[in-house]
Amino acid sequence: MLEIKDLNVKLEEEDKEILKGVNLSVEAGKVHAIMGPNGSGKSTLSYVLSGKDGYEVTGGSAVMDGVDLLELEPEERAAAGLFLAFQYPVEIPGVGNMTFLRTAVNAQRKARGQDEMSAADFLKLVRARAKELKIDAEMLKRPVNVGFSGGEKKRNEILQMAMLEPKMCILDETDSGLDVDAMKLVADGVNALRSEGRGFLVITHYQRLLDHIKPDVVHIMADGRIVKSGGPELALEVENNGYADILAEVA
Amino acid sequence: MGLPERKRTATEARLAGLTLPTGGWAEPARRDALSRVTAMGLPQRRDEYWKYTRPDSLLDPEPPRAALLEQGGELVFESMDRLKIVFVDGVFDPEASDALELEGVTIDRLADARDADIHWAKDFYGVLEARGQTPVERPFAAMNTAFATDGVIIHVTGKPSKPISLIYIHRSEHSDAILHHVVRVDRDAEATILENGPAAARFNKCMEIDIADGGILHHVRAQGRDHERRAVTHVFARLGRDSVFKSFTLSVNGVLTRNECVIELTGDDAIAHVAGACVGDGDFHHDDTVFVTHDAVNCESRQVFKKVLRNGATGVFQGKILVKEGAQKTDGYQISQSLLLDEDSQFLAKPELEIYADDVACSHGSTSGAIDEDALFYLRSRGVPHGTATDLLTLAFLAEAVQEVEDEALAKDIISRLENWLARRR
Repeated sequence: MLEIKDLNVKLEEEDKEILKGVNLSVEAGKVHAIMGPNGSGKSTLSYVLSGKDGYEVTGGSAVMDGVDLLELEPEERAAAGLFLAFQYPVEIPGVGNMTFLRTAVNAQRKARGQDEMSAADFLKLVRARAKELKIDAEMLKRPVNVGFSGGEKKRNEILQMAMLEPKMCILDETDSGLDVDAMKLVADGVNALRSEGRGFLVITHYQRLLDHIKPDVVHIMADGRIVKSGGPELALEVENNGYADILAEVA
Repeated sequence: MGLPERKRTATEARLAGLTLPTGGWAEPARRDALSRVTAMGLPQRRDEYWKYTRPDSLLDPEPPRAALLEQGGELVFESMDRLKIVFVDGVFDPEASDALELEGVTIDRLADARDADIHWAKDFYGVLEARGQTPVERPFAAMNTAFATDGVIIHVTGKPSKPISLIYIHRSEHSDAILHHVVRVDRDAEATILENGPAAARFNKCMEIDIADGGILHHVRAQGRDHERRAVTHVFARLGRDSVFKSFTLSVNGVLTRNECVIELTGDDAIAHVAGACVGDGDFHHDDTVFVTHDAVNCESRQVFKKVLRNGATGVFQGKILVKEGAQKTDGYQISQSLLLDEDSQFLAKPELEIYADDVACSHGSTSGAIDEDALFYLRSRGVPHGTATDLLTLAFLAEAVQEVEDEALAKDIISRLENWLARRR
């Protein structure tokens, strides 16, 4: 599903390398987790994959289902089936959540050569999906993320994911700022979307989220590289011993 | 008279080509106004109040040429049920207008009313304009009172069932129109006045509005399409106790537009909102100059002005809230913001507060900014194309101003105009 090969990235503004040869392959139907200490490049990886400005790819490739992601505009990557759940979802005053969702869904359908979804079908779908995430009608009417609590913002991210039905989902520290109940709600939302055709890349600091979203593969990232990969037990090792042991081991 | 030579000469030259309409009850008011404008002189480039907007083309004895508007597509407000009053190059057109009859309102043409005994109008014509000359001079308004050739006198006595719609049509490339309207809203009466259309190559318009206790007036105006027009307009409104005045202006294009709005809250618990949304591209200059005076207790005023500027367009905002001594519990709000879509455009803002009461809440803010890159990326990451995302954020920026239009159908009409304007520029 997602093939990242020897990806090298530096900041556009300064001569600072952030990713130093990332190799990663996420298969359809699988959940991969990336863990790592602060500043290891996890969030940069998610931004580069989704096409945010400010980064320069100096080498390597990122291909999703045969499509070279790095050649595409952010909206084209989205239409191709990539989705990033933001660590800090952006507030957009003046744009209603519902308008935003419908514009996004229909823009992607249009880009894929499909008909736009009718207002009635859209409404039916959004209500059903919102209900599963305990998002009420009021939240749908409000401007995008404006005045939302941390938990509401993250649930709103998952709602967008559920509406857009991407092939490849990247979750950037979706657990940050969530209490236990909110985390469970978000994890349930993600688990409901797990399917054979869909890949997940879950970026997190803590093992906690992985209790709820069970990964197939866990990667440890440090200093711009994947330094170790393993099964779910690797996450437990981090939880018990911290990163120091692993980093010492691979150094 | 002590006017600088250059100013006196320019004023004389401009007024020389105009004829003061004589006879009837308005003549004394016109003569007074003529003395006012002669004493003040017309604005010059160096005048502080005209620092950001060059008055030159408004002063030129010869009206500038403005290309006629290519008709096409539905005009704003067209689908609304309304009483239409049409002016062509500043002259009332009875053929194109509806009969001036509507329950709850009487409407007279200023030119016809000359000899009619509309006694209340005698007490209003030029009165609010004259009051509005202090503390800041507005010479073009005095010139208007003196020389206006047409206009309507609207007396709202009840609650008319549909809006009164003033439609301005421009048919001559060199037309120079001066219109003066007087609006009186009786106690507990309520009406909506719409204005739209290109008017003339050069347009000087003045509207005096007096709202009695408990009266409500909605004013929604659309200035657009005719890019080459030059316009200076004034709204003078005086509000009685518990009255409400809400004015919104949509401005699209225009090489020179100066909209002045002078509001006086004279009765307790009155509410005045004045708002504007404007979008300009290239050779565009738009100036909103607003002066709100609180002279009563517990009144609310809001000024909400938003400007979207691109390709070197210029936006100006001069807004003031004056709270007089004793105007306690005043709630004053003023915001002026520009969205600069490129680095060539500019926004010049002069927000002012002057407060002589000690128990008031007044806030003002002014900002200039570009499209929020984080919001843009967020939208694009969800599959919304760059152009659509930019338009969505631009409309969101204008939303606070457009929300001041209470009527949903009108608001929708205005939003669709803005959407079309943006779509044409993608």
